[in-house]
Amino acid sequence: MATIHVDGKEYEVDGADNLLQACLSLGLDVPYFCWHPALGSVGACRQCAVKQYKDADDTRGRLVMSCMAPASDGAYISIEDEEAKAFRENVVEWLMSNHPHDCPVCEEGGNCHLQDMTVMTGHNSRRYRFAKRTHENQELGPFVSHEMNRCIACYRCTRYYKDYADGTDFGVYGANNNVYFGRPESGTLESEFAGNLVEVCPTGVFTDKTHTERYNRKWDMQFAPSICQQCSVGCNISPGERYGEVRRIENRYNGDVNHYFLCDRGRFGYGYTNLETRPKQPFTYQGEEQVTLNTEQAVQSASDIIKGSTRVIGIGSPRASLESNFALRKLVGADNFFTGIEAGEQQRLERMLQVLKTSGVYTPTLREIEKYDAVIILGEDITQTAARVALSVRQAVKGKAREMAAVQSVAEWQIAAIQNIGQHAKYPIFTTHTDRTRLDDVTAWHYSAPAADQARLGFAIAHAIDSSAPAVADLNDELQKKADFIASALKQSRKPLIISGSQAGEITLIDAAANIAKALKSQGVDEVGLTLVAREVNSMGLAMLGGKSLDEALSAISDGADTAIVLENDLYQRMSAQRVDQALDQLKHLIVVDHQYSATSKKAELVLSAGSFAEADGTVVNLEGRAQRFFQVYDPSYYKPGTLVFAAWRWLYLVNSAKNAHSSDAGTLDQLIAALASEMPQLAGIVGAAPNADFRIHGQKMARSPHRYSGRTAMRANISVHEPRQPQDQDSPFAFSMEGNNNPKADRNEVAFAWAPGWNSPQAWNKFQDEVGGHLRNGDPGVRLIETSNQGEYFAEIPASFVATEGQWQVAANYRLFGSDELSQRSAVIQERAGQQTVTIHPADAKTLGVNEHAMVSFAWGGQQWQLPLSFSDHISVGTIGLPLGTNGLPASLAGQMIDNLQEGHA
Amino acid sequence: MNQPIKIVTVSDDSDDFVLSDADAQAIEHEKHHYEDPRAASIEALKIVQKRHGWVPDGAIKAISDLLGIPASDVEGVATFYSQIYRQPVGKHIIRYCDSVVCHITGFEEIVTELEKQLKIKPGQTTPDGRFTLLPTCCLGNCDKGPTMMVNDDTHVRLVPSNLANILEQYQ
Ligand code: SF4
Ligand code: SF4
Ligand code: FES
Ligand code: FES
Repeated sequence: MATIHVDGKEYEVDGADNLLQACLSLGLDVPYFCWHPALGSVGACRQCAVKQYKDADDTRGRLVMSCMAPASDGAYISIEDEEAKAFRENVVEWLMSNHPHDCPVCEEGGNCHLQDMTVMTGHNSRRYRFAKRTHENQELGPFVSHEMNRCIACYRCTRYYKDYADGTDFGVYGANNNVYFGRPESGTLESEFAGNLVEVCPTGVFTDKTHTERYNRKWDMQFAPSICQQCSVGCNISPGERYGEVRRIENRYNGDVNHYFLCDRGRFGYGYTNLETRPKQPFTYQGEEQVTLNTEQAVQSASDIIKGSTRVIGIGSPRASLESNFALRKLVGADNFFTGIEAGEQQRLERMLQVLKTSGVYTPTLREIEKYDAVIILGEDITQTAARVALSVRQAVKGKAREMAAVQSVAEWQIAAIQNIGQHAKYPIFTTHTDRTRLDDVTAWHYSAPAADQARLGFAIAHAIDSSAPAVADLNDELQKKADFIASALKQSRKPLIISGSQAGEITLIDAAANIAKALKSQGVDEVGLTLVAREVNSMGLAMLGGKSLDEALSAISDGADTAIVLENDLYQRMSAQRVDQALDQLKHLIVVDHQYSATSKKAELVLSAGSFAEADGTVVNLEGRAQRFFQVYDPSYYKPGTLVFAAWRWLYLVNSAKNAHSSDAGTLDQLIAALASEMPQLAGIVGAAPNADFRIHGQKMARSPHRYSGRTAMRANISVHEPRQPQDQDSPFAFSMEGNNNPKADRNEVAFAWAPGWNSPQAWNKFQDEVGGHLRNGDPGVRLIETSNQGEYFAEIPASFVATEGQWQVAANYRLFGSDELSQRSAVIQERAGQQTVTIHPADAKTLGVNEHAMVSFAWGGQQWQLPLSFSDHISVGTIGLPLGTNGLPASLAGQMIDNLQEGHA
Repeated sequence: MNQPIKIVTVSDDSDDFVLSDADAQAIEHEKHHYEDPRAASIEALKIVQKRHGWVPDGAIKAISDLLGIPASDVEGVATFYSQIYRQPVGKHIIRYCDSVVCHITGFEEIVTELEKQLKIKPGQTTPDGRFTLLPTCCLGNCDKGPTMMVNDDTHVRLVPSNLANILEQYQ
């Protein structure tokens, strides 16, 4: 701690900070541009000038850049000093000299750090009267727009894109008063994290292109704290809605999870919530004809079906909330509840949960991953399967430079110095996969091999660390040497991190990862971390909730269950069409509760129109076992009165009430959570994941919209000129519209949107944090449910090495960030970004087959046929075939299966 | 999709650019002088410019491949230095000093005369491709200003009336 004096007042601050951080953490306003809490200081923009004095007696002082001056004990500074104020006002004036005068047509307006800082410094009339430099813009792909004329040359974008996210297709060009930030030429930004430019850039140069077509100001949107549904990481997001459609997703700060950054799947993949094809009312069929039902009819008909059935099973879903899965389980009974997850994956998830609970190894938060100093990743291309984790791992690798700089007493925020000292130094990272991965550029050594061989390497590493861990028989010498080398690198590190997951389709990879972690622990490396990546937003939640697999559900149907209720799950994405068809065709009744119209819905007799994350509340559990709540963003029936879209749990609850008590009790979220907590002690913690519906600030609910929300009285004028009362939210502590409290100083940690007086841009998060870039003042939202204890033994089931068979190919799972996720793949911009997917084989296999690269090849499996262009990889093993699972209807259960009919052209 | 901004992609014949073997070798050679291949990018650009007269887009890509660094890094260096030309230039390059002392000794008259003779503005190239006119900062000849360079020759104590004679020397 250090004592500093600011404008005559004494404050206690963290002496390791710079003065800017210290002042902002105290809640004092100092304007800044080039500094960013995640990017450090470079002192480039000169906006953060303050007056610093030698001591209490010094009255002259000198201007310093607060972001470049340490908050050392006994510092005397003034923010209010006239000279400092005049300087800051001048700096904005200079920065603005080339900036256009047209905030009203700029998409950043109302959400703009440059506007905020300009107002803060008091600069309000322009003297510059010469020609402004102008630039041509680039076409940067479907996600991000580019308007270079708005640039103030703060360099944040390139520091983020190149230095932080390790992107290579971006830079700064030119010199002096004529600099240009962008790609070397027009083209889609290659980084999977490009969307963060939108928030990193303090001006309107980079904006969200998905918002452009249906644009509105931030202050005219309705937001809610939400959780990204697009993978198992569970990044915190703020979706913004206007006129009944989600129009943009902003990052929501969570100091334990994603802090300032999202991946592009999460930020831009929301289009599926706005699809016209979504069921907006429940419906059934009369003959061929689709008949929409009202709520009572739908509930009654579901309840009648159930009552008339011999056995009703419920097929849950890892993309549905705990509440919805629990409500389904209640409705059909525990014995008839199935997770909806294919057996292999279910097994892997259960193993992962077992490891998390019993390995005695700590699972770090996403934020903590950044601080590990050696990483091994077994079997997952995490940039594709848990993208945000990859961004954290990239920061961990750079920790080496921070460490080298720390030896020379260079502060953490001196980022330019750190990069200079570190140059290309990296902490070691080792990866294994069936093919290359998107982390190749930072990887010290990568092993491409079939999943079983990757697992063997993992077991060998564990054995090399601790000889009491099971050994791998007949490993070749070269691989043994690598195993020894990696083992010693991990052993020598202070904080090694082991990452694996379920998506390689090989359970022994998880075992191997657990063994390495345990072995390290047994050798006295205390701070070992273990991260296990699951596939979907609530995969871990379902593993914890428990239930039998989808395979068993299909067997139950063969064994006589005549009715199935499928919750938010397209079974065709999980298993072969043949198996799913066969089962579903045996059913007397199929009820689907979903927010998408899927191949499974097509088979249903009754479809209940559920809410997506935008129209429903719920709780999901991420890969680290953190339960997080997402809140409904808007009520669609406010804009379109006939709409009957409710959270799936509400539909199921209603059906249950009708069936058991002939009542129409709809229940509340809190009631359901209470029931869940009491019946499922392992999930009791979710009660604390977020405040309940009774939470109030000075007697008020929290508002979903900024106070200056406009146009509300007119937005329904096409229906009626009388403005109805806003929908009332019984389930959450939020009120629709701007009615309610959004004081940034209130004691709350659920924040619908980042805003504080004078701070309209995402930089407003400063005002919610205990210290800038730290944790939210009232704690980061969410609660971790799993406490690990050391009881597990080493896993000893070591798989045999893969042997290629001529004319057969084992499927290697190539999940794709853009295209593999069942929901976001329905969004047009994700399809555009994903482009054409390919199947991958080794050139030697292609030679045997006599096919050329880019040729169309086809294959059949499980009663379905696929035709895709071919690409080659020297890294994929002979006898294996890389398939982009999840895309093109390639079900997840293909991983590890054999394909024996690969051929050129049509199957 | 609505595209509010018209996107203009600069294109030239550069996609066809092929690095000559000699240049590729020279760049390889430079690369080995440095620990970090990035450091060789200036030399590489100079090598290309020497043969080609300027640096086309295709050369940026070729250099980045050869040095194993991103094209954005090479382009960053190429556009930072005013003496690396990213557009075709004339056969002879005139660089007049517009810094402080030459300002006092009257560079403006010199530029006016050059513009008149060549019928181009600074930054432009004569239609016959003979001259490109560019400003430069102090040439370290302040005591003999106003000064300018044509290619590698320095001309001092310029007076407007003598410029035609000087230009005559460069055919
Ligand atoms: S584009 Fe934005 S982030 Fe990049 S330098 Fe310009 S103003 Fe700063
Ligand atoms: S990493 Fe996963 S949770 Fe985070 S934004 Fe991307 S898809 Fe969403
Ligand atoms: S924020 Fe300090 S100089 Fe830019
Ligand atoms: S100012 Fe012209 S040569 Fe120095």
